[in-house]
Amino acid sequence: MTTATPNLLLVLPELVLLGMACCILLVDVCLSEQRKFITYGLVQLSLVAVLVILFLHYNTATTFTFSKMFVIDKLGNLMKISMVFVVLFIFLFSRNYLKENKIPRGEFYVLGMLSLLGMMVLVSTNDFITLYLGLELLTLPMIAMVALQRESAQASEAAIKFFVMSALASGILLYGLSLLYGMTATLNIVQMSQIIPSLSNAQYPVLLLSLVFVVIGICFKIGAVPFHMWLPDVYAGAPNPITLFVSSAPKIAGLAMGIRLLVSGMPGLHIEWQALLIVIAALSIGLGNLVAVAQSNFKRMLAYSSIAHMGYMLLGLLAATQMGYSAAVFYALVYAVMALGAFAILVILSRNGIEVENIRDLRGLNSRSPWLAFLMLLILFSMAGIPPLAGFFTKVGVIEALIGVHLIWLAVYAILFAVIGCYYYIRVVKEMYFEEPETDVAITYPLDARIAISINGLFVLVLGIFPGWLFALCRAAFGA
Amino acid sequence: MIALSNYLILGAILFSLSIAGFVLNRRNVITLLMCVELMLLAVNMNFIAFSHYLNDIKGQVFVFFILTVAAAETAIGLAIVVLLYRNKKTIDVQELDSLKG
Repeated sequence: MTTATPNLLLVLPELVLLGMACCILLVDVCLSEQRKFITYGLVQLSLVAVLVILFLHYNTATTFTFSKMFVIDKLGNLMKISMVFVVLFIFLFSRNYLKENKIPRGEFYVLGMLSLLGMMVLVSTNDFITLYLGLELLTLPMIAMVALQRESAQASEAAIKFFVMSALASGILLYGLSLLYGMTATLNIVQMSQIIPSLSNAQYPVLLLSLVFVVIGICFKIGAVPFHMWLPDVYAGAPNPITLFVSSAPKIAGLAMGIRLLVSGMPGLHIEWQALLIVIAALSIGLGNLVAVAQSNFKRMLAYSSIAHMGYMLLGLLAATQMGYSAAVFYALVYAVMALGAFAILVILSRNGIEVENIRDLRGLNSRSPWLAFLMLLILFSMAGIPPLAGFFTKVGVIEALIGVHLIWLAVYAILFAVIGCYYYIRVVKEMYFEEPETDVAITYPLDARIAISINGLFVLVLGIFPGWLFALCRAAFGA
Repeated sequence: MIALSNYLILGAILFSLSIAGFVLNRRNVITLLMCVELMLLAVNMNFIAFSHYLNDIKGQVFVFFILTVAAAETAIGLAIVVLLYRNKKTIDVQELDSLKG
């Protein structure tokens, strides 16, 4: 048996990221506390390098490498570019916070980079082995990051809950994959999609069983009802920069996993997984929006809102049309940007060990910092889906896709709950603009964070006014 | 020769046991870690049985990857349990209730 050398040029972004993460781990150990800025500089430099490579390779036609285990296509490139951008901004926002709260910075950056590597592998997967490795590489560093604040009982409790739930999820997913392997005799996702239609009727129940396991695994990872229990606890228990990390980029990777497994792997079973996802999406939208209303902790509220948003994203996926898939990808990308902005403002506001996490803490933000309050207003209105912000067009996209496949009742249901959802976003805006602040501590934050958060907030507005280009990119990713 | 179905039934029993352990266990976090291991072993059992009967080596390769990742996973899990004990002086599942709402 001969093995051809894989085309390493195609995985250059991943290789650069891996190499730099290992180097930075070494360099960081040798640096004294005053010189830790070198670590930060190297991290951002390598992320920029990865971005440049990804941009140069953006228009590559769909190619496989590593014995067809790894696929390079437009969808993957689009998602990777957005994830690297998001992580770059996360590091930028977290820098000051990490320094003030004495969270080990080098470890945070390296774990973040490795988790990003896992996301990139997961996005490009075309084989169960790469899928599993990518998934674990995405999750394990994130669990370690949650536990990074070692003296905090809350953080370690969140970490153990996160750990147990994600281990359970990958176990369930793997069991489903093992059954699929038994029936199709292949671990390759594209090959599997060709074999599944030729299976006999007797194998159909087992196929359904494995499908259920796979869907459960995916829903655990993105945090959709009824597999969402870990999510609010992790959001609330972890320090703000880590919540920022957990809440944004991994959602894109989770959607990618769903697309690879369900859309590329089991297109023949789309009626079955559509039915499953309808139930899960409807439950997520309902429970997420209703429970979020009752929250007084802002991070917990955003956790439930993220559950609802994942439900909306699944609406696009379950439509099972090109239009639906591109709407789901558009939703995930925009949601990542919105979550990034909302948690970044919390990170910026947290000063000298005081964690800003309750809605009460945002009271009177307008009189303390009008610009931050305005950016938060943009982001919250966008999450609520108020035109002309980006969040409005994401909802329009998925609902249009639903109407395209005649699921009118589901579309109406989604819109009704979007209206209910508006209540808790607007409540925060009311606290920011119409209440008196409880403290008058001045808000100071470095210039780079100021520029970055402005870009982030205004991006939501600009994308709302000109949503066409990103939507076109998402459509092109599915060859439409 | 043992039939394939016997292996699969064993795998299914192990898998159900581990799920039952997750649901029923109300005391110790370490038991949860053991359930995770048991679950991965059930999966490995399935993969090896299929791989043998299908005459296809890929399933066994996958098992090696699962074993390796499981080891890394347990290392992280135990580290967090140590951390938890240091901070809360307990690893009782029922006492992990400071985060809720």
